[in-house]
Amino acid sequence: MIYERPLTQHIHINRQPLNLKEYEAKGGYAAVRKAVKEMTPQEVQKAVQDSNLKGRGGAGFNTGIKWSFVPMGSDAPHPKYLICNADEMEPGTFKDRLLLEGNPHQLLEGMILAAYAIQADISYVFLRWAYKKAAALIKQSIAEAYAAGYLGQNILNSGWSLDMHLHTGVGRYMCGEETALLNALEGKRATPRAKPPFPQVSGLFGKPSIVNNVETLCCIPHIINNGADWFKKLSFTEDAGTKLYGVSGKVKRPGVWELPMGTTMRELLEEHAGGMRNGLMMRGVLPGGASTDFLTPAHLDTRLDYQSVAIAGSRLGTGTMIVMDDATCPVGFVHNLQHFFAQESCGWCTPCREGLPWVEKILLSLEHGEGTQADIDMLQMHTQLLGPGNTFCALAPGAMEPLQSALKYFMEDFERHAHEKGCPYVHEAVASSEW
Amino acid sequence: MVAEPHIQTTAKSFLTQQEKDAINHEVSLLPYKKAAVIEALKIVQQHRRWVSDDAVAAIAAYLDMSTAEVDSVATFYNLIFRKPVGRHIILLCDSISCYVMGYQKLYEAIQHELKIKFGETTKDKKFTLLPNACLGCCDHAPALMIDEDLYRDIEAEDVRNILETYT
Ligand SMILES: Cc1cc2nc3c(=O)[nH]c(=O)nc-3n(C[C@H](O)[C@H](O)[C@H](O)COP(=O)(O)O)c2cc1C
Ligand code: SF4
Repeated sequence: MIYERPLTQHIHINRQPLNLKEYEAKGGYAAVRKAVKEMTPQEVQKAVQDSNLKGRGGAGFNTGIKWSFVPMGSDAPHPKYLICNADEMEPGTFKDRLLLEGNPHQLLEGMILAAYAIQADISYVFLRWAYKKAAALIKQSIAEAYAAGYLGQNILNSGWSLDMHLHTGVGRYMCGEETALLNALEGKRATPRAKPPFPQVSGLFGKPSIVNNVETLCCIPHIINNGADWFKKLSFTEDAGTKLYGVSGKVKRPGVWELPMGTTMRELLEEHAGGMRNGLMMRGVLPGGASTDFLTPAHLDTRLDYQSVAIAGSRLGTGTMIVMDDATCPVGFVHNLQHFFAQESCGWCTPCREGLPWVEKILLSLEHGEGTQADIDMLQMHTQLLGPGNTFCALAPGAMEPLQSALKYFMEDFERHAHEKGCPYVHEAVASSEW
Repeated sequence: MVAEPHIQTTAKSFLTQQEKDAINHEVSLLPYKKAAVIEALKIVQQHRRWVSDDAVAAIAAYLDMSTAEVDSVATFYNLIFRKPVGRHIILLCDSISCYVMGYQKLYEAIQHELKIKFGETTKDKKFTLLPNACLGCCDHAPALMIDEDLYRDIEAEDVRNILETYT
């Protein structure tokens, strides 16, 4: 069965993305025309809310409802800001890159619609530095959109004006957390902010702001063109739309595919990714990036939507999964993740700043044969100490998700490291933090 | 006669007109000067390849900030270089998908070719090698970037050929 894939229909690997004229010829910017001519901002908000689009950046909050907290009307503070979160740094995540490089005008159209819905004056694409090709394309596309009158003063004679800028970052995973991103845009260290006040009310430079993920924004033109019901019907389950699912690790065909929301993990791994490479078995999967709990082969029939993955004990997160095969050491795997999180901790709060390096060291000592049963207990304790509610932002609890589930599913591996005084797996070269 | 402290003299004359113009442009897009500090650091690094103590002091003076404030921002972001770097920067992804796919073999091959470890620069100042968090092409792991060029699906055997294309 062939399913619709609105977000990637015009994306062809190895071909240049559509320029503005070509994009218009395929129906591009029709949604902007429709919205600014026929719809009020509130109607755009309502359409998105009714579509049940949930944020694709990881947290999965209803996008239309998120927008509805922005003050509207003549006494609302200005300028208001609309920011596209294109920081994509969650290890194992590579879906936004496809949308950015494959169809930049689709993203711009989504941003213009979102900005119209909240009556924003200024918009930013916050792009991670590594996406050089995307940076050039976005810059070019913004210039084209200005020239065509979709950006700038008095857009399509509506009386509404919007400016758009590209901001490229200078590293750090934390820039992807939405309040830390606002600090980075203000020229500060990317540490998160206390909420409330929420960014919708007091965000960038203290003004009302919305931060949305690339994939979230790319859904908007299609919702405006085709309606909320159409969007809901794209999905197999309650959570609406399609989803960009990715698979990396030792599968036959790693990649990223746009599929109906709620596609099963089995279909994704076996049909699209082609199953495991010869001679290997799957032991575990991080279903939505580095900061999600492991699922196991027992969960293969789980539907990949927000609710079903939560019931299975993990999170859909970014929808890009990392497969752990049976020749890869779970302790080494988790150590690599904790090394990343320890390094990327912004240092703002104590449990995360002090706890993560501690966790990383314990895992490394287990790998080196210096760990004991007491160390495993210590790891267990840290999953509580760094868990939800004890830290300022979601980085540390996110880091604990793969650790706590590894301790649950792969405890025998941890114990073997302690009892056999070393790693029972073959390592082809030195581990990541021996430098 | 008392000489003016070193930092103050350099702060006044350090930035070139070209750098100042670029910083002024960024400032013009923002509600206040200080907000342009990351852009200013990027601009200076683009022209000089790294950000020295004198550069930090100059940016601080130019944007009416303290040097400590500028440095706290400069040292937060891993792609602002506060030490001299080589002509080419190798960023080797050491995150999870590349770990599973064996980036360690690439690291060994680079060490073998260039005799440098992570954080080091070759004696001829040609290459600096840095570890890097996920490059966002996990379906083509292992991956590395040299300057603006992305290399994907690489084997240890490819490393020498890749490095040889840089002068
Ligand atoms: C440490 C951390 C890193 C994050 N990185 C990203 C990111 O790179 N891209 C992204 O869209 N969201 C990221 N998020 C989630 C954002 O905080 C935010 O929820 C999201 O951008 C909202 O957009 P959405 O509602 O469209 O999903 C991150 C969150 C945390 C805690
Ligand atoms: S949890 Fe970690 S990343 Fe988040 S604020 Fe605390 S120290 Fe920073």
